[in-house]
Amino acid sequence: MLRYIARRLAYLIPVWLGISILAFALALLAPGDPVRQVLQAGGIDAPSAEQVIALRRELGLDQPGPVRYAIWLGGAVRGDLGRSYRTGEPVLQSLLDRFPRTAALALLAVSLGLIIAVPLGIVSAVFRDSPVDQLARLGALVGASVPSFWLAYLLILFFAVQLRLLPVAGASEPRHIVLPALTLAIGAAASLTRLTRSAMLEEMFQDYVRTARSKGLRERAVVVTHALRNALIAIVTITGIRLAALLGGAVIVETIFAWPGIGKYVVDSIFIRDYPTIQGFVLFTGTVVLLVNLAVDVSYVWLDPRVRLGGKTR
Amino acid sequence: MIGTKARDTLAASIADGHALAPASSRPGVFRALLAHRTGVAGLVIVAGVALIAIAAPLIAPDDPTRIDALRRLGPPSADTLLGTDNLGRDILSRLIWGARVSLGTAALAAVLILTIGVGLGMVAGFYGGLLDDLLMRVVDVLLAFPALILALAIAGVLGPSITSVMIGIVAVAWADYARVMRGQVLSARERQYVEAARAIGVGNTRILARHLLPNVLPPILVLASLEMGGLILAISGLSFLGLGAQPPTPEWGAMLNDGRSFIAAAPQLMVYPGLAISIVVVGFNLLGDGLRDAFDPHLRI
Repeated sequence: MLRYIARRLAYLIPVWLGISILAFALALLAPGDPVRQVLQAGGIDAPSAEQVIALRRELGLDQPGPVRYAIWLGGAVRGDLGRSYRTGEPVLQSLLDRFPRTAALALLAVSLGLIIAVPLGIVSAVFRDSPVDQLARLGALVGASVPSFWLAYLLILFFAVQLRLLPVAGASEPRHIVLPALTLAIGAAASLTRLTRSAMLEEMFQDYVRTARSKGLRERAVVVTHALRNALIAIVTITGIRLAALLGGAVIVETIFAWPGIGKYVVDSIFIRDYPTIQGFVLFTGTVVLLVNLAVDVSYVWLDPRVRLGGKTR
Repeated sequence: MIGTKARDTLAASIADGHALAPASSRPGVFRALLAHRTGVAGLVIVAGVALIAIAAPLIAPDDPTRIDALRRLGPPSADTLLGTDNLGRDILSRLIWGARVSLGTAALAAVLILTIGVGLGMVAGFYGGLLDDLLMRVVDVLLAFPALILALAIAGVLGPSITSVMIGIVAVAWADYARVMRGQVLSARERQYVEAARAIGVGNTRILARHLLPNVLPPILVLASLEMGGLILAISGLSFLGLGAQPPTPEWGAMLNDGRSFIAAAPQLMVYPGLAISIVVVGFNLLGDGLRDAFDPHLRI
């Protein structure tokens, strides 16, 4: 078990370094001179040569790329991602300040999604081709096809504009989280229903299920303790991917609902090319995703004894 | 593809080495698709929207960028079947031309993603060695991200334009295909037909292009059709954020964004473009499911 986790960790380190290179290299992609852009953003339209040179040195941009990367990475591992060009605040602190909002939204959305999807997917698989199954499949298809940014506005139109039940945007009271969470939950529920259904169907035809039935186990026990138990691996995997994506910032939904998470923060930073923030965000998000993936890998140890016993790992 | 729908069951099962139907059954695939009710529905939707996109100049009743201050936020009328937007532009015409922008961008992005992903995946799987290791590390890094977030960062840094969005998405999305393709090539490399070709002295390039590619491509194309919907959602999503198509280009995501301020007064500005996106994505999802089932009845669950 410990060896398994250690092996996963050892694999994550090169990937994390790759993510850091990618995050850093983003700024090198940018057209134009960032120093001039910062000065212009600060209201200096025609900066003098001295101003440009001074700021270039101040931002450390007079060094060659690899040196800058080394300095940046050195800071990053000590918890320093530089300062935002826009606000002057430390990037890591700004991200950490906003992350709880993003995490709350992500966890609520994924939990809601699971609560809808798992029972629906099971019923859909057990009563395959029944009206319930057909309805669930239609719902999953529509839920997976409707763009979140449209769904968000349909919900706003209905709950905020028509019924005046819920606030449109902001985060000052707890009920502000309802609409963004619902928007994200519907998308998550759609793909999780589909997945639960197909994972359950795959298990329901396995030999061990037939064995369980033939030894006289009640159907309920067959479904829940046998088939579902094995389908869980697939469900946990996709839930992890979903959760990781939302923890990385539901950029569109956070922006629409003015939800002050890291997703909205990076969108605000992108248009003014606040490179330290963009780079920090990418590294931060990549790290969060790696950690969620690690947690999913570790959960396999409990879910699948073959992993624990050192057999085939995914 | 993009976003969290990215790795659905099929992608996972292909990657796990679930062999799809052998190439010999290919002639039956189209027939099998035609026997697949929802698959046909998807085909009809996609073909219909593609036709609209191609015929846009002929069927759009008005110039999609013509501003007319006298008919701002107008209701549906004989001239403007779906009404007009906040600048008095005909919504129907913008939707029709928007099909061109949205589908065209998605199609071009798909071709680029497939070319890069399939090419690199094939080379990595076939030659192996250091090149393979290096490419797969890059793929690992790219797959570690939620695709939309990285695409957003790349597009944002490049500066708002539909080209930036396309570059951002392509730069991220090829990785999935490279990984799947590499797996396919690895398993096909040892097959007898490759050995046979090598035995009679066929060169590597020719083996890749003439023997391996036709055999490993079909499942990749199924994957691509399944992910077209996600691709369209990603492109319109980034455009919605203002990173993609710029005004006055009629793009569905951007149209939705334009309509934001008028949600209470003129919901039609948001309802129609969103409906258009949803219909196309439903179409691609149905078509993708149909193709998958047609290719491999075993995966039909």
